Amino acid sequence: MVDEPVIVIGAGPAGTRAAQRLVQAGLRPVVIDENDRQGGQIYRRQPANFHRPPEKLYGTEAAKATALHSDFEMLRPHIDYRPGTTVWGVSEAGLMTVHASTVDVVPFSRVIIASGATDRIMPVPGWTTPGTYSLGAAQIALKAQACAIGGRPVFMGTGPLLYLVAWQYLQAGVAPAAVLDTSSLATRLRGLRGMASRARVVANGVRYMADLVRAGVKLHAGIMPRGIESSDGGVSAVTWRDAKGVLRHVSCDAVGMGYGLRSETQLADLLKCEFIFDPCFQQWRPHVDRDGRTTRPDIYLAGDGVLLRGADAAEAAGQLAACAVLRDTGYAVDAQEILPLHGTLATMNRFGRGLAQAFPWPAHLAAGLPDETVVCRCENITAGEIRRAAGELDAPEMNRAKALTRPGMGRCQGRMCGLAAAEVLAAARDVPVREVGRLRTAAPIKPLPLNCTVKS
Amino acid sequence: MTAYPTQRMQADVIIVGGGFMGAATAFFLRQRGLSVILLERDLVGQAASGVNFGNVRRQSRFLGQLPLANRSRDIWVRLPELIGEDVEFVMSGHILLTTHEKDGARLEKYAVDCKPYGLDLTIMTGDQARARFPMVGPDIRTVSYSPLDGHANPRLAAPAFGRAARRAGARVIENTTVSAITKSAEDFIVETTTGQSYQAPLLQISSGAWGRAMAASFDEDIPFSTNGPQMGVTEPMPYRIEPVIGSSSSVPEEGVYLRQVKRGNIVFGGGLRTVANLETRRAPIDPFNTLRQMPHLATLVPEMARLRVIRTWSGVEGYVGDHLPIMGPSGKVPGLFYAFGFCGHGFQLGPGVGATMAELIATGSTDIPLEAFDIRRFG
Ligand SMILES: Cc1cc2nc3c(=O)[nH]c(=O)nc-3n(C[C@H](O)[C@H](O)[C@H](O)COP(=O)(O)OP(=O)(O)OC[C@H]3O[C@@H](n4cnc5c(N)ncnc54)[C@H](O)[C@@H]3O)c2cc1C
Repeated sequence: MVDEPVIVIGAGPAGTRAAQRLVQAGLRPVVIDENDRQGGQIYRRQPANFHRPPEKLYGTEAAKATALHSDFEMLRPHIDYRPGTTVWGVSEAGLMTVHASTVDVVPFSRVIIASGATDRIMPVPGWTTPGTYSLGAAQIALKAQACAIGGRPVFMGTGPLLYLVAWQYLQAGVAPAAVLDTSSLATRLRGLRGMASRARVVANGVRYMADLVRAGVKLHAGIMPRGIESSDGGVSAVTWRDAKGVLRHVSCDAVGMGYGLRSETQLADLLKCEFIFDPCFQQWRPHVDRDGRTTRPDIYLAGDGVLLRGADAAEAAGQLAACAVLRDTGYAVDAQEILPLHGTLATMNRFGRGLAQAFPWPAHLAAGLPDETVVCRCENITAGEIRRAAGELDAPEMNRAKALTRPGMGRCQGRMCGLAAAEVLAAARDVPVREVGRLRTAAPIKPLPLNCTVKS
Repeated sequence: MTAYPTQRMQADVIIVGGGFMGAATAFFLRQRGLSVILLERDLVGQAASGVNFGNVRRQSRFLGQLPLANRSRDIWVRLPELIGEDVEFVMSGHILLTTHEKDGARLEKYAVDCKPYGLDLTIMTGDQARARFPMVGPDIRTVSYSPLDGHANPRLAAPAFGRAARRAGARVIENTTVSAITKSAEDFIVETTTGQSYQAPLLQISSGAWGRAMAASFDEDIPFSTNGPQMGVTEPMPYRIEPVIGSSSSVPEEGVYLRQVKRGNIVFGGGLRTVANLETRRAPIDPFNTLRQMPHLATLVPEMARLRVIRTWSGVEGYVGDHLPIMGPSGKVPGLFYAFGFCGHGFQLGPGVGATMAELIATGSTDIPLEAFDIRRFG
């Protein structure tokens, strides 16, 4: 029915289930994934020569991880799988990809973007000190490299990942020096109603916390980060104010930091999908209907790349997006299939929003960052420089601030700093963060070798 | 609901379009004591003036434009004291490189022809150039060196002029789109989409690629196209490329250029352009253009092959049929002035255009020859 293939970008839970559903319908999708091995972030697979058992790697989610991996292996003969391949741009001829340094153009009829999310970072003085990692990176180090970021790490930020990673480190034999959460216990209770829709997940979280406490790890709630200290060029301590406002200090040799996640939306932006501001997650995201259709008829989104609801939701959203593609291209899809998927996602939505309420993005911290704090680490741009853009240079929105003082102008194009920089700008101008907009995406969305060759 | 203007804002001069040309003209008009209203649709310097390559180059320009370019260069050097802000102008020198013999001959001829205009170029062989500029590649033959040219930061320059104009008393009105311009017995009436209207006896159209339609509304049409030159930037490497480097090739794809900023990144551009969209105000980026630029960049500076490109962009720029701007008085309407259509080479000219237009508007004449840019050449 369509000449060009359907492309699935991302081989995590959402992408895998999308591809699987397309294959069931008799299609042969192209599956493009940046990683060398399928699995995505949460079910990331270890390198071929590593052999830690799934239970150690994925904990309570081991069964889901193995199911996803083996289902994907069964798909392999039926898909055009391109691992280690990054989509870096878009042209009239198709998606522009690069593998090693070979560029290829992949024409498409439809695209399902399932590109996931990355850590959401709120800078703190000293966060660029060697030994500071994002929570996700701390987890990947453990899963994919069997390395710990340090012997006595502090985990700081907010959100369920904070406790999961701390717990995983504990399981691996590394006792965290402390877990510091900006969300207070009272705030968490407020999110509980939404989260109650998935009692098992909440129970797991409570178990992680209990295990940590039992192992003597101190969990602090309602904290206000003050700084990461260094000696000999590496992390030596974290300072923070506790819920009572008392300045505290804990020695450590590494920090894992993260405040929830941010959707990876650059491809949707390059493909000119419309965005909306999501007040619950306090970030811009592509507008989608409940099946994952964007405002562009040939582009669909699934998983964390559009809404932060976690791995189980991603699987359902991936399957739904594939069903939407099938329906939109003339295949019959039974309503009996769609209905429960919508049901699942409705629960996940409630849960995701509950989580966002329980562990809110601490936007208010941006206003209090000292002027010297680095916000954009690629370009070494401080909070003070963004405030200069806001004030003296009169930048009303992010792209202007970027043009005048460079936040978001480096290798990562604002993926790391963009949301925090927007908070600094908004606070300095005393406007809600949605008013300062979002950074425009430009190709290549990831650095592209200049000596690449185009596949003929 | 329609908002009706309660009161017309009045000034000696209205400037439509706050790119480099409009902002600089506003500043220099204030220096001459005239009252000014500058109307800008978005933010000052956000269009072509804010996204260009940043070349402050005189060599290889149309000879008749050198007096204007020289005047501009004299202002570039004095910018910090003049407008009170640094826009990262560095007098790094500018070299044009060739790989084909016939291009070399052209450079040699130009170096002779531009002498009477006060531009002093040094012609070198490839080996001489490599001795002086070690980053230059082995395939390079004839090189023309212009020591007093350089580059600046386009993201800063026009906004800085806008702020300086404001400090000097100009009314700089942003986020305001001009929807119609009419002329009564003595005044221009300028209407905006917000329902406001402005009035002045003198008016400059400096709305870049959007200038053609405005001139046409006064019945002065010209051959014109709207294109987007394509730019990019690499990740940083240690600073070692001082001059701006350009290829002087008669093959369009090969005509790429590059410069390194002090923090290490290499900004590049050139080669083929895309067709830009006046309505969406966006110039599409063709990723194939980036790919096409790459080998030619590596011919100029082989070391670049080790780097990765981190961003590409383009911008909407107007190109007049004969590749020269429209600059000077209208041929039809007294009090109307044009400064638009700078054909991809207006950044260097910005300060000079501002000074010259202010002089022309305030005094009725200028010593800078502008005949070649007169809109009547198409009449
Ligand atoms: C990608 C690129 C690279 C370039 N590289 C170089 C270079 O290296 N060196 C060099 O010398 N030149 C270069 N140029 C050319 C240079 O940027 C332009 O010639 C110059 O900036 C033109 O300035 P301007 O003020 O005429 O136009 P613009 O900067 O386009 O300004 C026009 C302004 O008019 C406003 N406007 C339009 N319509 C309306 C309306 N109805 N109401 C109100 N306002 C309106 C627009 O919003 C805009 O701000 C390059 C151009 C581009 C696009």
